[in-house]
Amino acid sequence: MPLVLNEEQNMLKDAAKDFCKNNMPISQMRKLRDDKSEAGFDRDTWAQMVELGWAGITIPEDFGGLGFGYTGMGVVMEECGRTLACSPLFATAALGAGCILHGGNDEQKNELLPKVASGELLLALALEETPHHSPYGAEMAVEQAGGSYVVSGSKKFVLDGHVANKIIVVARSSGKAGDRDGLTLVLVDSGADGVGVTRTIMADSRNAANIEFSKVQGELLGEEGKGADVLDQVLDIGRILLSSEMLGGLQECFERTVEYLKVREQFGVPIGSFQALKHRAAQMFCEVELSKSVVLEALSALDESSDDVAELSSLAKARLNDTYNLVSSEGVQMHGGIGMTDEYEIGFFMKRSRVCEHALGNSAFHRDRYGVLQGY
Amino acid sequence: MSDLESFRSATRDWLEANCPASMRLPEREEDMIGGGTRQVYRNPDAKVWLDKMAGRGWTAPAWPTEYGGGGLSSAEHGILQDEMMNIGARTPISGMGFSMIGPTLLDYGTEEQKQTHLPKIVSGEIRWCQGYSEPGAGSDLASLQTRCEDRGDFFQVNGQKIWTSGAQYADWIFTLVRTDPKASKHDGISFVLIDMAQEAVSVKPIKLISGNSPFCETFFDNARCEKFNLVGQLNRGWTVGKRLLQHERSSISGLSGGGRRGRYDALGQLPEIAKQYIGEVNGRIDSPALREDVLINQMNQRAFSLTQRRSMEESQSGGTPTFATSLFKYFGSELGKKRLEIQLELMGTQSLGWDRQSFDDLESALTRTWLRSKAGTIAGGSSEIQLNIIAKRVLGLPD
Repeated sequence: MPLVLNEEQNMLKDAAKDFCKNNMPISQMRKLRDDKSEAGFDRDTWAQMVELGWAGITIPEDFGGLGFGYTGMGVVMEECGRTLACSPLFATAALGAGCILHGGNDEQKNELLPKVASGELLLALALEETPHHSPYGAEMAVEQAGGSYVVSGSKKFVLDGHVANKIIVVARSSGKAGDRDGLTLVLVDSGADGVGVTRTIMADSRNAANIEFSKVQGELLGEEGKGADVLDQVLDIGRILLSSEMLGGLQECFERTVEYLKVREQFGVPIGSFQALKHRAAQMFCEVELSKSVVLEALSALDESSDDVAELSSLAKARLNDTYNLVSSEGVQMHGGIGMTDEYEIGFFMKRSRVCEHALGNSAFHRDRYGVLQGY
Repeated sequence: MSDLESFRSATRDWLEANCPASMRLPEREEDMIGGGTRQVYRNPDAKVWLDKMAGRGWTAPAWPTEYGGGGLSSAEHGILQDEMMNIGARTPISGMGFSMIGPTLLDYGTEEQKQTHLPKIVSGEIRWCQGYSEPGAGSDLASLQTRCEDRGDFFQVNGQKIWTSGAQYADWIFTLVRTDPKASKHDGISFVLIDMAQEAVSVKPIKLISGNSPFCETFFDNARCEKFNLVGQLNRGWTVGKRLLQHERSSISGLSGGGRRGRYDALGQLPEIAKQYIGEVNGRIDSPALREDVLINQMNQRAFSLTQRRSMEESQSGGTPTFATSLFKYFGSELGKKRLEIQLELMGTQSLGWDRQSFDDLESALTRTWLRSKAGTIAGGSSEIQLNIIAKRVLGLPD
């Protein structure tokens, strides 16, 4: 699997870098926050992203997408991560579209995927029921009634759940929480009777939602009781693409910190001349380089549908969690007092890193999973 | 069939026909062959294997054929390594001739130096050692004091080197000497090659914490060095010496290949050792804390290997790997050291035996390898020096 980008991917990355810098700088995120934006992202900017084809990068051309693959999506996510760009790209195009692509029947794919690619449909995946990632943890019940599936229960931390038009609900048709068997994916309209959405603004100024479902009717996505087969694939796609975003964020944070070490003077010299800081910066550099490698390898594995996607996704997510945590904590520490201010942007990376860390599995989860996959 | 495919199949056939069975068994540290006039071949197959490989130049596969090397492209070299790995073939010979002075002579040597020295490295006839550190010049290497004076027809060398790995087995030494005591620290240094088969050169092994004596002190008392064995320009040896350090650091971190197996594979794999010594419950190592240690190390190792591969791919695709050497030296040696500490934790007191009667081969090898691994983050520029280099050269942080 190649660990370098090809020419097309490099061009896409450059274009994404320009776009994010010019159209979605960190100041936009701050403004959305301060203005208490209802959507939590700028709809005009989202329309431009759709125009660029980003909503359909991983959607096959047959369904109105670009079919440009996961590495392509990864480099876009990476650039979005650098500017902490607010958009429904991840929830809709990675998680939501992934569920439909891997779980939907032809009719569902034909109907929904082109709408994702054209930006008219926003999606969300309602999975978690506790504060910790638990892929098979759903207790929420689903029952078949006539031709439709009826779900009841509550979900937490549904990324962009406050704006989604349709929600993919992970519910249980048999067994108990923790069982891999018995999970069923149900697609519901967010406007359907019995759906109660409470927006939760998170520390990173991004949005999720707590959603109550009270006898909500929806349609089956994939096979009843076999939802985990779809979920496993989609969660790995999500983990790897989120790792790509984190890679962008941590590189930006690290570069800003190194730059600050060169210009901030104390005791009459740049603080970057102190060995206590130099060594920590050099150690972070090593972690950053290793992070780049695991993300590239994991993206290639997705593109080639190779056997080790699952272990590479855990390898990547665990490493990116730890490295983003380290780099953003050190970023604040090395900036000193100014790093604690809201006015300065470095603290935003730390807030984003922690939310990303807990989305789709923290490091303890992924190390355990890696060990299980490797047989120890 | 493409050229590379036919190279692969021919290589596979040749290895199958020529690699003795005993040379396909896992290699312990004491099995490693360094060559030179003092090498003892306890297993005669080792000599057979060396001669066969040297005959094709495959002991130094990437070196040009005019100097005895294999002349392989990097793709062919990769294929040879893959095919050797597939049958578990041992690297027939290794050492500083291959990893350090050879590549440096290819970069900086005169035609005469290359013709004289490289073929004897390839054949295993001559073994080299490194005269860099001195008692007063460790991390601050450029403060070295060994004098080298022009005596008209030849150079005369006086002084002392230390930590000269394998000097007691070596035939020649490449060394940094001071040729202009009045010049500033880095400007008065030259890089010379000295034949150790003269009375004016003496070697004294140093016993280490591992109980072994892989390092020596080397003394020069009016030693003679032929003028044609000055590498690079007079008083410009620091440039040559630094290049050699890059080759050395690459080889310490395992980057330069020469068999892609991990350095400690003969000690077993951590997960299997954990299961054997700690036990398992539902397929998991039966100690959450130790399991976490094993996982962190294994996952870091995998990320590190991927980064080595990425660095090679970037240099092949025309990008400049700006981060490589010091990162690999630092991270690789620290990772290796940590791996052995974890193995000690897993094996408990069975890992700390000293006498070879009461402990099995793996156990007593581990004790010594663990102690020896401590040198990995010291030799070839300590971890602290590598971090200084990254901070300065890569991140551009001020002095």
